[in-house]
Amino acid sequence: MRVTQGCFSFLPDLTDEQITAQIQYCLDKGWAVNLEFTDDPHPRNTYWEMWGLPMFDLRDAAGIVRELSECRKIYGDRYIRISAFDSSHGWESTRLSFIVNRPKHEPGFRLDRQETVGRNQRYSTRSYAAERPEGERY
Amino acid sequence: MQATQADATEATPVDTIDLRREFEDVDIASVLAQLDRELVGLAPVKTRIREIASLLMMERIRRKMGLATTFPTLHMSFTGNPGTGKTTVALRMAGILHRLGFVRRGHVISVTRDDLVGQYIGHTAPKTKEVLKKAMGGVLFIDEAYYLYRPENERDYGQESIEILLQIMESQREDLVVILAGYADRMEKFFQSNPGFRSRIAHHIDFPDYSEGELLTIADLMLDGQNYRFTPDARAAFEKYIAVRRTQPLFSNARSIRNALDRIRLRQANRLVSRLDRVLTSEDVMSIEASDVLASRVFAKGEVRAEVKAGEAQP
Repeated sequence: MRVTQGCFSFLPDLTDEQITAQIQYCLDKGWAVNLEFTDDPHPRNTYWEMWGLPMFDLRDAAGIVRELSECRKIYGDRYIRISAFDSSHGWESTRLSFIVNRPKHEPGFRLDRQETVGRNQRYSTRSYAAERPEGERY
Repeated sequence: MQATQADATEATPVDTIDLRREFEDVDIASVLAQLDRELVGLAPVKTRIREIASLLMMERIRRKMGLATTFPTLHMSFTGNPGTGKTTVALRMAGILHRLGFVRRGHVISVTRDDLVGQYIGHTAPKTKEVLKKAMGGVLFIDEAYYLYRPENERDYGQESIEILLQIMESQREDLVVILAGYADRMEKFFQSNPGFRSRIAHHIDFPDYSEGELLTIADLMLDGQNYRFTPDARAAFEKYIAVRRTQPLFSNARSIRNALDRIRLRQANRLVSRLDRVLTSEDVMSIEASDVLASRVFAKGEVRAEVKAGEAQP
């Protein structure tokens, strides 16, 4: 099951050229671009691991694309996303984030139901991938 | 608009190109004119830049015609004595390369050893890579590049930085242009100890010293920019000043001139302030008089001073 998170995730995967264009768009807006990766695809997992530091003061996408290819070499079997942070007053938050790399096989999620007090049902999702320990999931 | 045009023609190679239109399209002429106007002297440098610009334009045309092109190596090394305008030309270079479409953004990242080399093990590579990332799409200007390499200290991390630089200079030629600058003799030593650097740099440009006449023109330009001017006497005195200053040690061309002008402005201000009971005109405030120039320590040697005084006495 394809994980759809962030921008463009209902589109086919972006090509490197399209990724470069998106990054350039962010840089032209003056946002700081970050690279993050994870192997825990749960939608509530907002804390992805960071690749290096946020890249401030860049003018051209080439530097980030280079970092991305470095990151893919090591974590090519995990999710990698690019997020753009807008530090301008009033925003001070992420403006754009999109997945640029995903595992070949995404096993999807299971819905757990739990009976609780009364006749209430509680639901939780669990990724099949997350059943194995971190680092061995995909 | 230029980009779309280039894209369109890339798809279908054209047979003929109107050279004049191409020239005007890129508007390289205005950059070169600006170079001529704002930089005094430096004839060999200007010729070389003109050559590079022409080559880049031909390269662009060939690409439009669909002829095979290799991306030209654009890394440069500027050598010359202090104050000969290496930094200024490097900044202009970025503009020229940008107009011709050989760097995408045309910004200049100016760095020295401090920005590239770390103090501890494992500190250098991230620092250098960070700088390189910032320079992508523009020009990386490394001032006093020879400080990167310190042969006397074997635990120095400069070498690591040089290796990363060389690798990126070769593998990402389209993404950035590296310009090294420094004094000629030390640069020569630097290239001898890093043979890889020399061969990766296509353009070695030597900056000549300024002649006395050129230095005077530079002084006039600088004063004009600050809304000052010499009186005729002061100009004659400054001419003598240049002649004397050039023979003294630690003379650094245009930079010495700038410093001298700063001190002359100080003296002028002091002269004006020393007499409070008078009405100043803008003419007074703007003009620099011979006495402001002659008070310089450069004239301290007796015979020179006497000579200048004698010259001044004549009508």
